[in-house]
Amino acid sequence: MKISIQINEGPYQHQASDTAYQFAKAAIKKGHEIFRVFFYHDGVNNASRFTIPPQDDRNVVNLWAELKQSDGAEIDKVVCVAAALRRGMLDESEAKKNGVDGNNIHPAFRISGLGQLIEAGIQSDRLVVFGD
Amino acid sequence: MPITKKFMYLNRKSSYGTVYAIESLEVVLIAAAFEQDVSLTFVDDGVYQIVNGQNTDGIGMKNFSKTYHALGDYDINKIYVSKESLEERGLTKDDIMPLVYEDEDDDWEEKPSVKVVSNGELSKIMSEQDVCLSF
Repeated sequence: MKISIQINEGPYQHQASDTAYQFAKAAIKKGHEIFRVFFYHDGVNNASRFTIPPQDDRNVVNLWAELKQSDGAEIDKVVCVAAALRRGMLDESEAKKNGVDGNNIHPAFRISGLGQLIEAGIQSDRLVVFGD
Repeated sequence: MPITKKFMYLNRKSSYGTVYAIESLEVVLIAAAFEQDVSLTFVDDGVYQIVNGQNTDGIGMKNFSKTYHALGDYDINKIYVSKESLEERGLTKDDIMPLVYEDEDDDWEEKPSVKVVSNGELSKIMSEQDVCLSF
């Protein structure tokens, strides 16, 4: 089955991202394909490459970054541009465009629009939402 | 042949306490361009999103409630409101914005988009959806 995932909450504050990750991992193990993971609302914070948790805790950003399909192919991980910019999450091109002197999106993620979420809903057999 | 699916946007939270309402509306407006079968549902505190006479002057936040009036122009005319959620909050249909759309199959007559339905009816409508995005 083709599955897409929407994550609406940031890491650590809320379990949604962890649960979504465990769900994705289990689905991949069962042979399902993850069509796309879409990060929305505070969920965009899951893509910050500056996240530094204590050494004895999981690194949620890296867990997502390293998650692959069962055949080792990359998984499309999309951060909503409007939600990201509103919360100070930028990649290199958005930083340049907005005249900001830094960027913080992990290279395993890409910034794109809400159309990617709708397309995920159209193309996938299931779209599963995690959050409050 | 493009795929058309039934998309429901389920709004469960009030407008200004958290960001979910406005960012849900942003999804809905983008989604309109994809020509899917779209409906909006308001349950729990989500019914406050479309109450009449919102005023944000005292809280320094943008009043985005007028945007709901534009939904009809985006061909979004199936708006469900939970009867029980209204009653639990002491609200009636008269407290809800009179959202309308122009029916192209009926000489562009202006018709109401909002339907107050019981939770039982809602669960039936929800079970008919292909995609349900909850905010």
